[in-house]
Amino acid sequence: MDYGFNFTFIWRHFDRLGYGLILSLELAAVSILIGMVIGLAFALLQDGGGRGARWSVAAYVEIIRNVPLLLLVYLVFYGIPNIGGFSYSATTSFIVTLALYSGAYLVEVFRAGLDAVPRGLIDAGKAIGLNAFQRMLYVRLPTMFRIILPSLSNTFISLFKDTSIASVIAVPELAYGAQWINFNSFRIVEVYSVVAPMYLVTGYVILWLLQRLEKRFVVRR
Amino acid sequence: MELALNSLPFLWDGLMTTLQVSFLVVVLALAAGVVLGVGVTYGTAVVYWPIRLYSDFMRGIPILVLMFFVYYGFPVIGLNLDSFWAAVVAMAAFKTAHVIEIVRGAVQSIAIGQTDAGKAIGLTFVQRLVYVIFPQAARRFLPPWINAVTEAVKGTSLISLIGVVDLMLAVQKVIGRTYEPMPLYIMGAIIYFLINYNLSSLSRMLERRFSYIRE
Amino acid sequence: MTETSKEPIVQIRGLGKSFGDLRVLDGIDLDIHRGTVVSIIGPSGSGKTTLLRCINLLETYDEGSLKVDGVEVGYQDSGNGARRPRGDRELAGIRADIGMVFQMFNLFPHLTAAENVMLGLRKVRRKSRDEARAIAEDWLAVVGLTDKLDSLPLQLSGGQQQRVGIARAVAMDPKLLLLDEITSALDPELVGEVLAVVRKLADEGMTMIVVTHEMAFAREISDAVLFIDGGRIQVAGPPREVLVDPTHERLKGFLSRLNPEHNWENAQ
Repeated sequence: MDYGFNFTFIWRHFDRLGYGLILSLELAAVSILIGMVIGLAFALLQDGGGRGARWSVAAYVEIIRNVPLLLLVYLVFYGIPNIGGFSYSATTSFIVTLALYSGAYLVEVFRAGLDAVPRGLIDAGKAIGLNAFQRMLYVRLPTMFRIILPSLSNTFISLFKDTSIASVIAVPELAYGAQWINFNSFRIVEVYSVVAPMYLVTGYVILWLLQRLEKRFVVRR
Repeated sequence: MELALNSLPFLWDGLMTTLQVSFLVVVLALAAGVVLGVGVTYGTAVVYWPIRLYSDFMRGIPILVLMFFVYYGFPVIGLNLDSFWAAVVAMAAFKTAHVIEIVRGAVQSIAIGQTDAGKAIGLTFVQRLVYVIFPQAARRFLPPWINAVTEAVKGTSLISLIGVVDLMLAVQKVIGRTYEPMPLYIMGAIIYFLINYNLSSLSRMLERRFSYIRE
Repeated sequence: MTETSKEPIVQIRGLGKSFGDLRVLDGIDLDIHRGTVVSIIGPSGSGKTTLLRCINLLETYDEGSLKVDGVEVGYQDSGNGARRPRGDRELAGIRADIGMVFQMFNLFPHLTAAENVMLGLRKVRRKSRDEARAIAEDWLAVVGLTDKLDSLPLQLSGGQQQRVGIARAVAMDPKLLLLDEITSALDPELVGEVLAVVRKLADEGMTMIVVTHEMAFAREISDAVLFIDGGRIQVAGPPREVLVDPTHERLKGFLSRLNPEHNWENAQ
């Protein structure tokens, strides 16, 4: 194989990859935060709401989970402005899409987490005279968050990888940077041998950090 | 909206391609994943580590990155694949890693006593796998695997980015001619939804069928 | 089972095994003769279960020799004094002739009682479905479960499951039966039905090695009792000597911990 490895172009334009990585992390972080708000709200709605509410939440979850993310990205970026008459930046549109996407998965996570709160704890809350709202706020939610921490960290890492889809609407995150370098230098093997480890290592670092966080908070069941 | 309905025949070809690629990917990933999954569960260090590293690598990078690497990179290192096969290879390699993990989880969850009992009556390794382990692992394998199948079907939408005319690209081509994005995106979404929703219903039904082996 | 050789069916010399720093088996020498019942007792961690599991190589051993019916179980002679561990196929063949019943029953949950017994008969002994079914029915009748032939394990009580386990092991027509604390996981009222089956097999001349905590039962059916502690055989002899009038200090201590009413420490 007489392929001359040449990394110069890549190092010269490494800022696209470096800043791209940071943008990917930011996109994932913002999306998961919004997604958590959506997920928690809908999980509570399912928990306490009527049939209509439960059905609507279920429909939202099923639709998002059965349709490709790519299609959702296009739909939000090209489709909605077209019928709405407005426009927004690719980054904003992607965050909206990814937040809705993660929200659908997080509804399940929150729901399972709420179900997993031991009955004994809720009973203890009743026994000391807390009303339903106080029990939710002081007993159920805090316990639930500790239970779901591992799932949250897995979701975050997944979202981090999903930000690569943003490259198709020219959001300058890591995958887009890689493709830019590829198209402008044809150094495909070199750029991906740098970018793949960037994803891998970042993923492991996040996992490690979140595991350390978990150790301080996780409920042993 | 009638415009969208008129485009259905054109979308049909794209859908066929999507289903073809999905089928190939699922079958290849299942075959490779089961073999490698058994290897990583029972194998010695020489077998375990390469498979483990492969699996961790594939699950740590986005499928998009892998797909682009296979499509743009393989010709550079001498392997010339057309976009259809590049897509199949990339996605199958990617999905294999997930199947490996599903197999590993399902097989490891079988109590060690079952292997002991199988050994005690004189079954060979392969006989133990076929008659004792797999029948029990199946119920823990099928639901996550069907989930992986729906992920694969959704994932095939990315092949549109390397020029394979699947459902996703077909939708975009029609939009290119009609300038009406929304109805077509919705039509595409409905088709994907129908495929995947039915698959996940199947998974839920199977989960219920297998519940006779309660622990 | 047709040869009546004078050779002991199990011959163990200098058996040793370590788990890291822990010496689990520390030089075991033992002969077990055909048609006899040998019970093995001892505290947890003494190595008694490990010893039993070495006989059909569910555990490997590091040093020494363990032969069943003249064949070294764990290793094959590779010439010039060296030996290599046996492969999967060879082990399967050896294990087919040794039966084992487990503390946790280990029935195959996806198969009925009859199918549990038939699996080995069909896949290892190569019997036809009808032959296997007939043999399974016979043995399940011996253990008193004729009405449970087509029940799944989850539909059976612990005692019933264990009896299926025994049927599964003996249906293979083994030369030797290994019983690993087979009543320890049973509710007390179910123990009797299982021991009754074992008694029947002993009466019919089955060679058995029994790891157990049931002292009264061990005394009743054994030809010899071994007390194992710290990976070595500390005491060996007829039941009367070992269980009723022991002199060995650690053995006395062990027995009185097991049965606080009978104070062996002060027995004459």
